[in-house]
Amino acid sequence: MRDVAIIGIGMTDFGELWHDSLRDLFVKAALQAMDDAGVDHIDGLVAGCMSPGLFTGQEHIGSLLADYLGQAPVPGVRVESACASGGMALRTGIAYVASGMHDIVLCGGVEKMTDVSGAQATYALATAADQEMEAFHGVTFPGLYALIATAHMHKYGTKREDLAQVAVKNHDNGMLNPHAQYHMKITVEQVINSVKVADPLNILDCSPITDGAAAVIIAPVEVAKKLKKKPIVKVAASAHATDTIALHQREDLTWLKSTAEAAASAYKQAGVKPSDIDFAEVHDCFTIAEICVLEALGVVKRGQGGKATRDGLTARDGKFPVNTSGGLKSKGHPVGATGIAQIHEIVTQLRGEAGKRQLKDVKRGLAQNMGGSGGSAVVHILEVL
Amino acid sequence: MISPATVRRNTPLRYRLEAAQCADCGKVFFPARLVCPCGSRKFKAYTLPSEGKVVSHTVIRTAPRGFGDEAPYCMGIVELKDGTRILCQIADCEPERLKVGLPVSLEFRKIQEAGESGVIAYGYKAVPER
Repeated sequence: MRDVAIIGIGMTDFGELWHDSLRDLFVKAALQAMDDAGVDHIDGLVAGCMSPGLFTGQEHIGSLLADYLGQAPVPGVRVESACASGGMALRTGIAYVASGMHDIVLCGGVEKMTDVSGAQATYALATAADQEMEAFHGVTFPGLYALIATAHMHKYGTKREDLAQVAVKNHDNGMLNPHAQYHMKITVEQVINSVKVADPLNILDCSPITDGAAAVIIAPVEVAKKLKKKPIVKVAASAHATDTIALHQREDLTWLKSTAEAAASAYKQAGVKPSDIDFAEVHDCFTIAEICVLEALGVVKRGQGGKATRDGLTARDGKFPVNTSGGLKSKGHPVGATGIAQIHEIVTQLRGEAGKRQLKDVKRGLAQNMGGSGGSAVVHILEVL
Repeated sequence: MISPATVRRNTPLRYRLEAAQCADCGKVFFPARLVCPCGSRKFKAYTLPSEGKVVSHTVIRTAPRGFGDEAPYCMGIVELKDGTRILCQIADCEPERLKVGLPVSLEFRKIQEAGESGVIAYGYKAVPER
């Protein structure tokens, strides 16, 4: 297997982008990534997208996007793993490059969510849950994470304010990210008093509905060394794991097993421990998710994610900064694009190009992207050479 | 998705709580499966008990399509007496009454109506002990 590097990155602004179609969003991010890499040709394209059919009526987007990017007849394919589709697109592309099948591959993610009503978008998102055992009964995605939150608060004494603090921190970070959907500081009180969605979660505990795309170009490290002026960012680990997609079928409602399994595999591949990671982008689709992810990644002990957030561990100036991009909460969550946008932030930080939100002396970052209520998880570790 | 075919197919599960138990390791599956993680493909018929307790709960205030008229409504994960867990609505329950450990029993109720096909889907909801 060949070592793989990320040689180019690009992303659109995230938000309600009424004037941009799914194909245009993807191509804008892809062209930025190709320009950043300094390539005008790719050998293949992998697009992460959760549900173009339900959000826009369009399937068969692997070919559509290769064509509109001016790269047909190169192979183009869409991969889907709910909200982890972006992470899966990168992992799939890495397999192509590491195996020697292709040299230069574009891994992108896109979701166009605002062509449909809020009710239709909620329905489309709920298809990531078990249709027969969960959605049938009227549960929503906020509802599933609310069930995780209630269980976590009951089992570990996690406080309502701890959940709110995740949103407050990520909105603070999003203020410094020009691509973020929300540039809006919020307070713990505002989160707790915002409109109720699924108790104990309120609207300010939830990531928004967002249009957007992100893309990266990957190549063998040896090729990257010949091409690049910028620091080379190597993929040190790429891991994926699954779990029951029905939340209630898990032994421990508070434990994100797929994330824990993927993280364990990633640490082994990279030959590192959690304490060797400098910073992370994690899947904060709801505030409770970030708390549970910290535990599953082994950054804190089980049950300590809320307290760690309260104590400032994950703040930008904390010992383990999490979601410097603003996370899904503030940057926005175009579901298929999210996993690639996380990689965009890690590479930006490792190259020292993060401007006002730049972290000092970071060499190794982790991205954790999750599908559904935790039925799938993808973990990547990136290192600057 | 509700259609005449899905309602009919799920009748044993939703009307009669029919599950399956692995003949080799004893694990109970609801819904029934064709293969157990232990490797066995042999199952025995098994009916879930209808009594249990709430292990986590929420109140759905922004409802999905088909449930809008009912919001807000209570939902929970219920651990039945044999340890099997299910997710369902908690009916006839004020949100203030919800708590981990609340004793409930499953009752046969209407869940939702399909728009175009007009099929009414029935199933189980948990009701707190009176």
